[in-house]
Amino acid sequence: MPSRERLQALRYNLIPDHLIGEILTKRWTDNAIPFLVLVAVIALFGTAIPGFFNPFSLQESTRQLGEFAIVVIGLTVVMLGGGIDLSVGSIFALATFASVGSFFILGLPVWAAFLAALATGALFGAINGYLVGFLRLRAFLTTLVTFIIGRAVFDILVVQFGAAIQMSFASSDAWDFIGDGTFAGLSVPVIAAGLLALVTHVTLTRARIGWHILAVGGSRRSAHNAGIKVRRTVFLTYVFSGLCSGAAGFLIACRLSGAGPGTGAGLEILALTAAVVGGNALGGGRGSVVKGLMGAVIVLVMTNGLIRLGYGTGTNQMVLGIMLAVAVTIDIRWLKNRHKVLNEVYVAPVYLKMGEPQSAEPHSGTPYALNNRLAAAEHIGLGELEGPEDVILDADDHLYCGTRHGEIVRYFAPDYTRSEVFAHVGGFPLGLAFDRDGNLISCVGAMGLYKIAPDRTVTRLSAETRRSLTSVQDDARLRDPNDLDIAPDGRIYFTDSTKRYDAHDWTLDSIENRGTGRLLVYDPRDGSTKTLLDGYRYTNGVCMAHDGKSLYFAESWACRIHRYWLEGPKAGTAECVIKDMPGYTDNINRASDGTYWMAWLGMRTPSFDLSLRHPAMRKRMTRRLPQDDWLFPNINTGGIVKFDDSGRILQTFGDLTGENHPMVTSMREHKGELFIGGILNNRIGRYRIEGADPEWTGMRAYWGTRA
Amino acid sequence: MGFLGSLNQERIVFAIAVAIFVVAALTLPGFFTADNLVAIVRSVSVLGILALGMAIIVIGRGIDLSMVAVMAMSVAWYLQMLGNGMSDGAALGLALAGVVAIGFANGFLVAYAEVPAIFVTLASASFVYGLVRSQLIGSDAVPVPPGHWVAELGALRLADVPVEVFVFAGLALAAFVFLRFTKWGRYVYYAGDNPAAARNVGMPVRPMLVLRYVLSSLVAFAAGILTAGSLQSMNTRVVNSPQLYDIVLVTVIGGIGLAGGKGGVRNVLIGAALIGIMLNAMTILDIPLLYQNLIKSAILLAAIIFDGVLNPRDEQTAQQGDI
Repeated sequence: MPSRERLQALRYNLIPDHLIGEILTKRWTDNAIPFLVLVAVIALFGTAIPGFFNPFSLQESTRQLGEFAIVVIGLTVVMLGGGIDLSVGSIFALATFASVGSFFILGLPVWAAFLAALATGALFGAINGYLVGFLRLRAFLTTLVTFIIGRAVFDILVVQFGAAIQMSFASSDAWDFIGDGTFAGLSVPVIAAGLLALVTHVTLTRARIGWHILAVGGSRRSAHNAGIKVRRTVFLTYVFSGLCSGAAGFLIACRLSGAGPGTGAGLEILALTAAVVGGNALGGGRGSVVKGLMGAVIVLVMTNGLIRLGYGTGTNQMVLGIMLAVAVTIDIRWLKNRHKVLNEVYVAPVYLKMGEPQSAEPHSGTPYALNNRLAAAEHIGLGELEGPEDVILDADDHLYCGTRHGEIVRYFAPDYTRSEVFAHVGGFPLGLAFDRDGNLISCVGAMGLYKIAPDRTVTRLSAETRRSLTSVQDDARLRDPNDLDIAPDGRIYFTDSTKRYDAHDWTLDSIENRGTGRLLVYDPRDGSTKTLLDGYRYTNGVCMAHDGKSLYFAESWACRIHRYWLEGPKAGTAECVIKDMPGYTDNINRASDGTYWMAWLGMRTPSFDLSLRHPAMRKRMTRRLPQDDWLFPNINTGGIVKFDDSGRILQTFGDLTGENHPMVTSMREHKGELFIGGILNNRIGRYRIEGADPEWTGMRAYWGTRA
Repeated sequence: MGFLGSLNQERIVFAIAVAIFVVAALTLPGFFTADNLVAIVRSVSVLGILALGMAIIVIGRGIDLSMVAVMAMSVAWYLQMLGNGMSDGAALGLALAGVVAIGFANGFLVAYAEVPAIFVTLASASFVYGLVRSQLIGSDAVPVPPGHWVAELGALRLADVPVEVFVFAGLALAAFVFLRFTKWGRYVYYAGDNPAAARNVGMPVRPMLVLRYVLSSLVAFAAGILTAGSLQSMNTRVVNSPQLYDIVLVTVIGGIGLAGGKGGVRNVLIGAALIGIMLNAMTILDIPLLYQNLIKSAILLAAIIFDGVLNPRDEQTAQQGDI
């Protein structure tokens, strides 16, 4: 091996490039930038301001932070629902006045002052919510106007009652404690903000209403179509924001024991900047309470820091303006380009040197030499079918196959011209097998393992396995269940081809060529699913050996067949039986003479084999070329191979014309005939096998005469 | 249809304005006098000029919340430079360059970075105010140097009518001609009605957007010069006052839909007339300023609700994130 190639092998097989793409798919990566800014801001001002970290100073600044954070949490929830609330400053001021007025002028107890603040916030929020939610006005402008109205009302109230408040002698220990006291070193606003953040976070991520809010923010129309009461949900977000601002207003009322013209001034742009700088998306659907909190800390540390460092009037506005503009621009650009970045970096090819295959050229004299026998196959369902990946026949000779539309179609014996939709499963039903009781079990691409009873009821058997400890991406989910077979004891062995790509992106997996395919077993006795083997390059067909003591499975992109032992001295281990085949291996099924049929979904080409030794080239290809120009495995020619338990190749069948069965993904022998499926074909082939047992059926071979 | 069908916001507002005018003329002493009528027009001239700039932006489906900040801060900076002894030409050149730069930055972020106009201009308003206030001027209010042309402009009267009335009339005519008779003026409507379609047929939608924001900044500067002329100083605290919302009020209430593509100079004039008459009547009635603010904002809310009911948002074509 030349050293250049050795270097490439080391570089692409040892450095886990694929993790970058997987990490980028995580929603929490959005938090990375705000978090770095947070650390930088605190470090900067913490060192520039003497005594920044001393406990008393922290206690005082966090008191203000608590109030501010409560307002930001409310605004965050509104933004998650796709709206915006600029009136928070007015609500805050009015609520402050409500509690101060109740306490000092009316002489009400503290709890009544608190309720007055909450009621003010809820009422104001309800007005906003009605206008924006039910009347569907534009949120920004509407809350801007209600903000001015609220401010005008507040100014009038302060002028009228300001003197009366200052003259009052009302006092209360509870009021003072909320304003000045601490509990275990924490001030009341900080505790309140912490509790609110926790409750809001849990509600947003776990509760029904939280999901509704995120759904409405993510896509209003889809949420409506899904039956969510969009208008009411939007309404509630504004009420919540009003309540938050109300509570914050009460806290500052206790702290300052008064309300003046400056109360809540400029709060709207502070809160908005905080929410956006923290990484909450404008327009909704993406964001979290944590983001809001990070933004609140950044903005408050920054603005207070600038004041404490003695910068003059206006510096704050300047910095806030820049922060808002930069944060919004980054947010918009990131949202717009995120999927492009992800597309660019997700495919991370690895190095593989395939072994030299024996030729499959016609008349080459090798056991693999292709011929034109399949050109003689008759067709079933020509033009009616789309994507019969696997086919199977039941005890009454009826023929079943899955389709691209998520259906299982049944063709009636004996001539297979009439058909019906046997069951609608969804996804893309791939591998099929009958169990002892005549239930049809299917590996449904993108969904999982499903059972269709003879009365057509569809039951999900398994959609997940145990997550592996080192996985970045959730690999518990079955992304591409491909084929299955059933052991004599009823356990279902099946493959999940890749952890990295969804079922319809299987071609991308072939270009990446990373070994993430698995062999799993589902146990019907306790409903558990276990991963038996992992790390194969696209595990595909599965077939029980005739004696039921081992099974064969195909590893498509490596062009190999492995044998996995269920019992005997090698139980639980796998060994490679056939390697370096000239075609990409697919489904395997039993043949009547004690051997096995195996499909080739396509043939290897020297060019693609070479490209597998050049991962850098494939990486460049996926980044720079449109997908139509990519080099893919050849799937325009396939075939069928027959092999025996010793791994010897007995026969091959091909369609050199490329007209009937260019690609083959499955074949079933039944009463002397071979039924042929292909995932990209529009027909099922029917081929009479010379010398085959005309009475042999798969059902009897598996489950005896009883079935 | 008939009578009700022919009712639209413009006609309703016009009728209300006429009704208030008639009632005020009959009941309020000193309302229907030549001096007071001039005062009404004068009081809305600056507002009207700003509203013309805003109207061109809103018709093109945008909004400019930085107008008041640009108006106050650019003129304050200009006056400060004059006060520091800089030559008039250099100071004016610098101030204009700053104004164009802000308009350009607004337009660029809206057109090319595709950030919603509301956020861009909200941020730039804060930035402009903060930058000028903290770095470029010394105090909140900057006086006009005595004998300077800005001061003379403010004192100028033509047939007893202050000059800003003529400026307003002239700019209104210019805006009318631009929107109605020039190619790029017509394009504003197409771009406001359906930006994607306008772009597909080959209009330079993005450069036009930038141009509009530059225009509105220049209009704001002109309005600032007139304000400074009549008050003999520029008080930058106006940035924190509700004047911005008065501009939106004048623009929207006459019937220019915020969704864009609708309205014209006539709507601005009608809106300005209503607000001018109302403010004047309230002042004669001696309603305190605080209550005037409340009444104005309540009317603005009513106008927005009305606009929302008349031009409901189309859920099928409304873009996600269009807030």
